Amino acid sequence: MSLLQVSGLVKRFGGLVATDGVSLSVEPGELHAVIGPNGAGKTTLINQLSGELTPDAGTIVFEGRDITALRVHKRALAGFSRSYQITSVFPEFTALQNVMLAAQAHAGHSFRFWGPMSAESALIAVARVAIEQTGLAERASVEAAALAHGEHRQREIAMTLATQPKLLLLDEPMAGMGQHESEAMIALLLGLKGRYGIILVEHDMDAVFALADRISVLDYGRVIACDTPAAIRENAEVREAYLGDEAASA
Amino acid sequence: MVDDALLRSPQMWAAAVLLCVLGLVPVYAHAFEQPFYITLVTRVLIFAIAALGLNLILGYGAMVSFGHALYIGIGAYAVGILSFHGVTSGWAHLGAGLAVGAVAATIVGWVCLRTSGIAFIMITLAFAQMFYFLAVSLRLYGGDDGLTIPARSDFGWVNLADSTVFYYVIFAVLVLFLFAFHRMVDSRFGMVLRGCKANERRMAALGFPIVRYKLVAYVISALICVIAGMMLANLIRFASPSFMQWQASGDLIVMIMLGGVGTLIGPVAGATGLLLLEEVLSGWTQHWMVILGPLIVLIVIVSNRGIFGVLAALGGSGVAGRGGTGGRAQ
Repeated sequence: MSLLQVSGLVKRFGGLVATDGVSLSVEPGELHAVIGPNGAGKTTLINQLSGELTPDAGTIVFEGRDITALRVHKRALAGFSRSYQITSVFPEFTALQNVMLAAQAHAGHSFRFWGPMSAESALIAVARVAIEQTGLAERASVEAAALAHGEHRQREIAMTLATQPKLLLLDEPMAGMGQHESEAMIALLLGLKGRYGIILVEHDMDAVFALADRISVLDYGRVIACDTPAAIRENAEVREAYLGDEAASA
Repeated sequence: MVDDALLRSPQMWAAAVLLCVLGLVPVYAHAFEQPFYITLVTRVLIFAIAALGLNLILGYGAMVSFGHALYIGIGAYAVGILSFHGVTSGWAHLGAGLAVGAVAATIVGWVCLRTSGIAFIMITLAFAQMFYFLAVSLRLYGGDDGLTIPARSDFGWVNLADSTVFYYVIFAVLVLFLFAFHRMVDSRFGMVLRGCKANERRMAALGFPIVRYKLVAYVISALICVIAGMMLANLIRFASPSFMQWQASGDLIVMIMLGGVGTLIGPVAGATGLLLLEEVLSGWTQHWMVILGPLIVLIVIVSNRGIFGVLAALGGSGVAGRGGTGGRAQ
């Protein structure tokens, strides 16, 4: 059984069909990349997967359970966790404390009004593991606001991991990174690959081809191809829609 | 972790000085034989408690309720109506006020939290106006004219009829709430609330059922205003629909802005500042609002985060930034 099975997803904004019958699946441990030119409907797709947008048609089945109508926080609690491009929940708190907040969401209710959260050793333990997994251990006690751009992405992924996910939905984790930083991020994601199902939405083609088991190519809201990286490279329709210039000049 | 920084921050010292000064008011009043000061500052403390309650959701949770006077009204009418029917027990007043307040706040909050931003402001205002007109329509309880309360709530051996005792009871409640808030802000619950202020979308994506937490915060904040309302009714031995007027809700927001949004002691400083300025200026001229208005605007513009925001900036610590603004997702 697939970890995630998306079938016939449709989302319209007025006359614009932003998602036009998208189907895709993620197997356990698979890294499935979603690529597409600007305006192809990647963000709309992500927001439907995370539950922030309700699709007009189609179903999203996660671990055999239909989650199409499930609210955002319930998807996260079920183990389908999303990272964002730019976020910091508490800029004035340390990286570790931010990750602890993510752990807190999955460690019972938060109707505790007295003891300080930052002293809860169970949360610290979960957060430390996530921070180490993302290679941010040395910067754990730095204020989030003082982290470098690439480190923010690491913290963001650490927060996602601290929610004990089964499936990660990563929204452009390489965006705005320099060569060195994106290489580090690729190494990080290679380390996570196989342990979690991952949907990677990304512009950085080097990263996508280095990491993906399968790639779905989105164009005008439709999946025009879904195949292995090697086959996608050779696909004529994809080259025309998206890789065009890059492939021609190669 | 923060306590060390707290001890060194000017904010902490200013808070301590403010509380000491407030705590000694009855002593000066007796020394200079000016009992009026006790009444004046009792009123300050009551509004400080109300503003503190509102600041929980406004300052830490970014929910700008423009209708919290509603809960002051519920508290006042709980005392007024029960006293009217001959029930003088303070515990009965307290129980009834909190019960009615909790039910009202849960329903109103549940509806209002479907919205956010300007819509939230308007809908909280609308609910407060509804209750205002409800109170006006209560002919039996004085309608427009309000309701006189024959005696202060009876809490047995604590004699509230003595203005000094009454003052210190209210002062103790204020200090208790401040301490409880100080703990709550760093608790799990406080973290969720502040996280919602910084980035609600991210909090939901982490797995927090944010509406549930915001509703509980709203109810707690409302109940603190109910308690303030009961105190106010006891102070002036009167309950009036005017307690629930929109200006009263606005005053609470002004107090918070003046003192510093999202700082613990800010609302206390703001309530003290606003009510004392009002008192002093209205002694000079009947057109005191002409002076007070620009003055408030000036303070808020100059200091941005209010009186305590300035002190925190001087200290250079992150203490006041606890409720601080955060980046939004994309």
